[in-house]
Amino acid sequence: MTALLPLVILCPLAVSIILLLSRGAMPARATCGLVALGMGLCAAIAVTEAVTFLTGPASTGALHVVLWNWMHVGGFGAQFALTLDRLSLVMMLVVSVVGFLILLYACAYMIDDPDIARFFTYMTLFVASMELLVLSSDLLGVYVGWEGVGVCSYLLVGFWYHERPNALAARKAFVVTRIGDALFLVGLLLLATGVGRLDIGSVLAIAPMAPRPAIALGCFLILGGAAAKSAMVPLQTWLPDAMAGPTPVSALIHAATMVTAGVYLIARLHAMFLLVPGIMFLCAVIGFITLLLAAGAAMVQTDIKRVLAYSTMSQLGYMYLALGCGAWQAAIFHLVTHAIFKALLFMGAGSIILRVHHEQDIFRMGGLRKSMPVVFYAFLAGAAALAGLPLISAGYFSKEMILTSAYNVAPLFWLGGVFGAFLTSIYIFRCVFITFWGHERTHPHGRTTIVEFVPLVILAVLAIVAGWVQTPEVIAPMHLFSTLLAPVFGPLPEEHGGGMLLLIGSIVPIIGVSIAWALYKPRHKAPVPLETPWTRTLRADWGFDALYDVLFVKPYFALARLNRGDAVIGFFGAVAWVTRTGGAMFAHMQSGQVRRYAGWIAAGTVLALCLAV
Amino acid sequence: MNPNDPGAALAIAVVLFVLGLLGVMVRRNLLFMLISVEIMLNAAGLAFIAAGTRYHMADGQVMFLMILAYAAAEAAVGLAIVLRMHAAGRATLDADTGNRLKG
Repeated sequence: MTALLPLVILCPLAVSIILLLSRGAMPARATCGLVALGMGLCAAIAVTEAVTFLTGPASTGALHVVLWNWMHVGGFGAQFALTLDRLSLVMMLVVSVVGFLILLYACAYMIDDPDIARFFTYMTLFVASMELLVLSSDLLGVYVGWEGVGVCSYLLVGFWYHERPNALAARKAFVVTRIGDALFLVGLLLLATGVGRLDIGSVLAIAPMAPRPAIALGCFLILGGAAAKSAMVPLQTWLPDAMAGPTPVSALIHAATMVTAGVYLIARLHAMFLLVPGIMFLCAVIGFITLLLAAGAAMVQTDIKRVLAYSTMSQLGYMYLALGCGAWQAAIFHLVTHAIFKALLFMGAGSIILRVHHEQDIFRMGGLRKSMPVVFYAFLAGAAALAGLPLISAGYFSKEMILTSAYNVAPLFWLGGVFGAFLTSIYIFRCVFITFWGHERTHPHGRTTIVEFVPLVILAVLAIVAGWVQTPEVIAPMHLFSTLLAPVFGPLPEEHGGGMLLLIGSIVPIIGVSIAWALYKPRHKAPVPLETPWTRTLRADWGFDALYDVLFVKPYFALARLNRGDAVIGFFGAVAWVTRTGGAMFAHMQSGQVRRYAGWIAAGTVLALCLAV
Repeated sequence: MNPNDPGAALAIAVVLFVLGLLGVMVRRNLLFMLISVEIMLNAAGLAFIAAGTRYHMADGQVMFLMILAYAAAEAAVGLAIVLRMHAAGRATLDADTGNRLKG
């Protein structure tokens, strides 16, 4: 059992290395077969590991696998070790099972791309890094995984780098998350100097004894890192642009796994965050603002992938709200259901995009309900889960859990969350009604293959039923998920005002869907996007991009231009000049005449002798 | 000549060496340059013999034998190059014409 755990990381890593070394010489089908085999193995091992762990003797504790001693410098030591406890187990299952389904889907999606080997090299490397991030028992190992997923995200967003906007989007994603990574790294170094170790167990054990301001600063910096990775305000601008990558990338990295790494990290360190209520409150506020801003921006998007990107930000906002309210179980529960339904929505969108000649504007689609029924029903299941339609969707239960906890902390958070849910149901069903109802505006070609159907159907079923593992007391006494995580987070706190909140939370999405139907039901005239100054601002991410452009990008470029002729550049310029001129001078010695050379040799020898004597 | 005073022998060696070096530097004919190199080698050999006699050690003679072998090898290689150049159609033995390897 301990021997199997590293294989969860090694399987995708091995596939990645093989694909890297094959340099695209492998036929596309063989590449897909290899990826499916490696990821299938990874998922199977993860499931086996989970079952053995939960039925084994240490099921409420943690399983440590020390691989090797990483470093021992001064008073600081780090081990390369993996930890499996109930929290990392949940994350490991999400990454490997959802990852397997998405990579299976990607096989069908990318089969005609000439660069398929490069694509899967990055994808499997991403899965390996993500597994490392999740399983590592040392924050240093977490950081390695953290940077690994960041660089894979960069490479995959810019996968079609021949087109300039894609490369720019990749650069933006990298630079913005880089800011967070730097914060995270500084936080880690601060902890390392304060605590002396970085393995999570010791950090959490020593944190209560450490000086409070240091812990608060460390938590703040880690929150900053997490917020950048999860595209929270004010570092959210990269995620909508990151949709330039292939759709399976959006499904895997920018919906299901990488962007939730921040949520996982904070949940992992929750004992430390509990010590500083101020930072917890900040976390809740960040989540609260993001969920409303992103939901607002999603209302007016015309690109189907950007709708989903903003909805991802909004849902991540819910998770941060839950984290800030101390509802760890709710945050992780929403993380799991969100990974399922958002991956489903992205894959559905990907299937549509493939069929309609890579058109992404929902206003040029329409009437696709009849031509692609399976994709339609799958997308509908995902949309229902995202909107949180009561009882028949996974998203309903996780969102209600978050809203109830938020109500117990501050009713304003609850109100905002319910309003966010209202907007969510409007924008996602706006997308559904425009895309699948009405007249066909782009005729779909080809057909969706069986390899695409399998993951879609599995995830669609999960998006409908997965919520039933954790239900509010009023509906049914089902607490599988919170019981599963109780050894990590402690028992679920008492709920207050459950029934009334639940009723409001159930009615709001239905009203939202009705409004969406009233606004976007099929008419004779094709629907057109609203064009007012307001919608333009909203569509451009509330003007954040323009603001950052003026505040940071332009001054930075100006500074760089100003700095072009400074002393440092001058010094290196001088070095280059001396080398070049000296080279040109000595090149004249090489006249090609052997007699000259003999003379130089003699002169050199004489000089050397003179110096020696 | 006093064997314990190698001054005279060394003086001859220096004169020979300088002559050889001058020969290499001023002659343009490859064969004469080879001969000049031989002279320089012999100057070095002479210096070794003188030093060996001075210190009553056989090392000087050993070194001279080695230099002899060097000289033979050098002559063989040098003459082979000259012959190859002739076979390749070069009309002259002028060393300055082979100057295509300049920087």
